[in-house]
Amino acid sequence: MTVGLVVVSHSAGIAAGTVELARQMAGEVRIEAAGGTDDGGIGTDATLIARAIEAADSGQGVLVLVDLGSAVLSARMAIEELISDDHRGRVRIAEAPLVEGAVIGAVQASVGASLDEVEQAACGAATLRKVKG
Amino acid sequence: MFSGEQAGAWVRATAAVIDENAAMLTRLDQAIGDGDHGTNLNRGFKAVLQRLGSAPPGDLGALFKSVSMALIGKVGGAAGPLYGSFYLGMSRTLGDAGEVDDEGLAKALRTGLDAVIARGKAQLEDKTMVDALHPALAALERTLDAGGQLGEALDAAAAAAGDGMRATIPLVARKGRASYLGERSRDHQDPGATSSHLILRTLADVVNGRGDTAPGPGTDGR
Repeated sequence: MTVGLVVVSHSAGIAAGTVELARQMAGEVRIEAAGGTDDGGIGTDATLIARAIEAADSGQGVLVLVDLGSAVLSARMAIEELISDDHRGRVRIAEAPLVEGAVIGAVQASVGASLDEVEQAACGAATLRKVKG
Repeated sequence: MFSGEQAGAWVRATAAVIDENAAMLTRLDQAIGDGDHGTNLNRGFKAVLQRLGSAPPGDLGALFKSVSMALIGKVGGAAGPLYGSFYLGMSRTLGDAGEVDDEGLAKALRTGLDAVIARGKAQLEDKTMVDALHPALAALERTLDAGGQLGEALDAAAAAAGDGMRATIPLVARKGRASYLGERSRDHQDPGATSSHLILRTLADVVNGRGDTAPGPGTDGR
């Protein structure tokens, strides 16, 4: 049982692709995609996010990665209004870049880290140096 | 008094007004946002109609909860959680009431506005729907406090929402997609404030018995 992750994007393709990438690094972690609207359009859907959070939570908590704009509003709506009470206390939205945060967070989760540690690792991705060693 | 029948008529008329004005709302959003406000809201209110058609809710709380859930699930943009919060706030205040007095409706609308602010964290003059809703609620409460009738108070609210909507034109956006544009968001009317004005104007029209279920086309967004 590890901390779970949810990837929220306006695009179903981005969410699914990010999940695919993160799972490759951490196959045993529950990572769920919540991208796009339910009719396949661009947007975010709080009900879809709520279902993904419940699916990702094995009891250790869930870190939610978001892209931009309404993704944050929809994720907050899902957490505050739509998920059941027993999940609510252990779900956080990460102040992290989507792809890097999901991959680094998933790796951290896979070694059995706590929700605090996974959040910290994902947020650290914001200052990750890629080009200038 | 504000009856369950009026509440239902408001919701249905809102869906019709949003449909009529969807292109205008989208055009406003194309200027400073991601260009989907009208399309998104229209899809949301179509889902509202569908939901109400298949299972007409019993009390006011259930009606507005149903509206909220349809919008949250179907809108797709920020308007989903924001208007979803508005109607959910109303739903919680109204509870199992079948009708409410004038103050009861004002209180429900105020709770709706508070829920929008809590969700979106927008303040006045951030160039958002709050710029229409906030002055509207103030005008509604002021008119009722002075002994005015509900119809008159809602007309005052709709007029104040219209003024607030037009007052967003010179503002620089500080919330939402438009805030990415900075100074370039100036000189455009905010789409969210515009849809909020439409929703409140429709309420005033329904309560004052104007129009059928669908008031005439808007003159907004000039």
